[in-house]
Amino acid sequence: MFWDQELETLPRPALEKLQLKRLQDTVRRVSQNVPFYQQQFAALGIKPDGIKSLDDVRRLPFTTGVDLRATYPDGLLAMTRDHSVRLHTSSGTTGKPKALFFSAKDVDNAAELIARSLVMTGITRQDVFQNMMSYGLFTGGLVMHYGAEKVGCLVIPAGPGTSDRQLMLMQDFRTTAIHILPSYALYFAGFLEQKGIDPRKDLALRKAFVGAEPHTEETRKRIEEAFGIDVYNSYGLTEMNGPGVAFECEHKAGLHLWEDNYILEIIDPITCEPVPDGQTGELILTTLKREAMPILRYRTRDITSIIPEPCKCGRTHCRLNRITGRSDDMLIVRGVNIFPQQIERVLMSMPQVGRNYVIILEGLDDMTVKVELSAVGFDGQVEHLTALQSQLVEKLRAELLVKPKVDLLPPGSLPVAEGKAKRVVDKRSI
Amino acid sequence: MSSLNLVAVFVENKPGQTARVTKTLADAGVNIDWVTIANSGGFGVMKFLVDKCDLAVRSIKAEGLMVSLLEVLAVEVDNQPGALQSVAALLARNSINLDNCSGFVVNNRAILVIEAHELAQARTVLQKEGLRLLTQGEMVKL
Ligand SMILES: [Zn+2]
Repeated sequence: MFWDQELETLPRPALEKLQLKRLQDTVRRVSQNVPFYQQQFAALGIKPDGIKSLDDVRRLPFTTGVDLRATYPDGLLAMTRDHSVRLHTSSGTTGKPKALFFSAKDVDNAAELIARSLVMTGITRQDVFQNMMSYGLFTGGLVMHYGAEKVGCLVIPAGPGTSDRQLMLMQDFRTTAIHILPSYALYFAGFLEQKGIDPRKDLALRKAFVGAEPHTEETRKRIEEAFGIDVYNSYGLTEMNGPGVAFECEHKAGLHLWEDNYILEIIDPITCEPVPDGQTGELILTTLKREAMPILRYRTRDITSIIPEPCKCGRTHCRLNRITGRSDDMLIVRGVNIFPQQIERVLMSMPQVGRNYVIILEGLDDMTVKVELSAVGFDGQVEHLTALQSQLVEKLRAELLVKPKVDLLPPGSLPVAEGKAKRVVDKRSI
Repeated sequence: MSSLNLVAVFVENKPGQTARVTKTLADAGVNIDWVTIANSGGFGVMKFLVDKCDLAVRSIKAEGLMVSLLEVLAVEVDNQPGALQSVAALLARNSINLDNCSGFVVNNRAILVIEAHELAQARTVLQKEGLRLLTQGEMVKL
């Protein structure tokens, strides 16, 4: 199913021609209106007329999160502020956030990309869409909301948390699709279990869209099995509109990135040189249709790779592999680089392991993985628990090349976050 | 059936857990006849022999704790030297591995509580040898 079949299946030469035209427009607009880019262009000797092919994107300067903070609040605006109708921010752990402005056209365009993304998984106007992401400054709630409305779904702006109310809404309005953080989906599955609700029989749920936290294929499978539904991975980041940048189609085989709206590059994060297709690197995105606040070559810090083969669905927009980690999330333990997703993959592949875990770094360089047991994880035998513990230590050591300590905990003993899950606690003294 | 169930509770190994579980059982009016607690690093497992198994499981679950029933054998042996050794040797001869074993003497009767993976096989072997296995009812009346 298509929302905009012509654009979604545009033959590559036409798609690339469209990208070039939009890139030229974008470069011209920022060179006329954004002092930040004017200075960079002057320093690099870039003239808008010099952008003659898509490869010329590589001559443009990168934009980083640091740049967005340095130009806060509105230094990257390409139109006067009165053209903007909405503000979102990306939460910073410390200091100022990054501020993102949307014109009316930007708001509509973001909704358009969401509409494509939802419809390609089979969502129709018959669906009841419960949006369990946080509304407010975070893009995950509102941007998705507008897109689902555009499709014609009945949208329930539930927001996150208060599981009792979520369940009531699901039951009373026969919710068929949800948008949810993967960590909350796992928690909510446990909540239903406790309430004695069988989602297959007692709910009308068919699909879930999960995003805003990098997660593993194993976690997707867990959520699918727990609810008896199809789960689709969604990718986005506030700096690029929020959700809707790249989504999975019905084949769940990589995320189509909407290339008429973004130019993507995958680079080696150290050398900043492009890597060959299929190889892993940092995703770099350039906005092509953003009016209020275009961004050139944004360093997403997200690690992924391109799937070069065309997709069975017929869309020509290229696919990305699941994000394996945000380079900001990378941990260095005893000199070894570790992504929390590697740990999650090991944990979620074990049926005795439950749905919540936390990685604790402390002392000089010690890693402890605290995991909750699943309902089938305890049969009364201490020996089975110690065996599970040593099995986990061994599997993690094989995956990470660092030997962690593993603590087994009863379900419900680890804290649950309302927003994004906090999976790593770094208390190291070094 | 000549087997019996222990109520096994999985808890974090931190202060107050034993008190929490035993208070839960007391509040529910469950009598504890026998208990063993094993701690292993960050977690602990408490095993209880109680008079009301189902009620115990329900109330521990309601307290939000993780609980499971564990089937074990209770065998009565002579209260004299060598009794434990003879049972252990008997099981070993039949290649049955003892996971856990504990014993006590009450009213001059010696009781061994046995956990084994091959529980059915262990039961057969012990009964063939003429040893008496106690039921849940007999155990709580000791
Ligand atoms: Zn596809």
